[in-house]
Amino acid sequence: MCATCGCDTHTHNHSHSHTHDEKHIAVEKDVLYENNLLAARNRGFFDAKNILAINLVSSPGSGKTTLLERTLTDLKEAVTFSVIEGDQQTTRDADRIHATGTKVVQINTGKGCHLDAHMVMHALQGMHPHENGILFIENVGNLVCPAMFDLGEKERVVVMSVTEGDDKPLKYPDMFHTSQLCIINKIDLLPYVPFSLDKAISNAKRINPKLEVITLSCTSGEGLDKWYQWLESKKS
Amino acid sequence: MHELSIVMGIIDVVTEYAKGAPVKEVTLDIGCLTTIEMFAFDMAWKQAVKGTLLEKATLDINRIEGRAVCLECGKEFTIAEVYDACTGCGSHLIHIVNGKELKVRSLIIF
Repeated sequence: MCATCGCDTHTHNHSHSHTHDEKHIAVEKDVLYENNLLAARNRGFFDAKNILAINLVSSPGSGKTTLLERTLTDLKEAVTFSVIEGDQQTTRDADRIHATGTKVVQINTGKGCHLDAHMVMHALQGMHPHENGILFIENVGNLVCPAMFDLGEKERVVVMSVTEGDDKPLKYPDMFHTSQLCIINKIDLLPYVPFSLDKAISNAKRINPKLEVITLSCTSGEGLDKWYQWLESKKS
Repeated sequence: MHELSIVMGIIDVVTEYAKGAPVKEVTLDIGCLTTIEMFAFDMAWKQAVKGTLLEKATLDINRIEGRAVCLECGKEFTIAEVYDACTGCGSHLIHIVNGKELKVRSLIIF
């Protein structure tokens, strides 16, 4: 029987088109709803365990892993650290972190270009990060994709280096827009590269006036004390 | 290529609401300030919907323009990039009110 006109005795040669079985469904649901839900769960877990979770993002080669190695080694007496490493392939970064004596788990995203809250949730289930400590989540080296995915972190730290160009914030604005702290690394190389710290900082602040900036060098150690003070201020 | 993750997210949402019925049309809101590259999105869509309820679905996409309110002078204005300054006073201290949308608004099933 036809649902529109109720006819059941004649064939469908009348005028109405066959759209009567269509159904409109209002959805109004955020595409990232699932990710954001799991991120909220991760955040709740971190709060309950008093863990300061920090999402480290940058382009490849800006020195995230080296920054972590220095930090984990220099502060190991004062803070208990855990690390989640995200890379497309290999356990090279996790091996470097493991060598510092820190609890670490590697996530390989395969073809994926970012970590998401679901991956982090499973990593947390496997590793049991130290309570009352700091958890670093080193994201896949990529300044585009990770910007959209909340992992449940308390702070997002974007790392750039002086070898990358002082216009980097303008080229990848979303990452700088969603971060709380920008670290400009490798300042020991400033005499050798055409990089203006002032320009880089003003570009970053154009995107995000609230962004804090710390300049440092993991090689010379200059500026690391400011980074450690920042960590201490967020921990307490 | 996070567009593929976004497309997979859309397929998950639509599949949940379609309850097994084939989908004729999906209406999306995609703000102009999201990091969605539409060319990559279309490529990902064509591949990802194969073998799903959305295989025959057409897409109706509302692109929502960026709007911001200046936190210094209160002016509301249109922005093309997140680093655009207030058109009234030049401040970068702005609050984005539109343009970050990324949601499934509605669908039509057969």
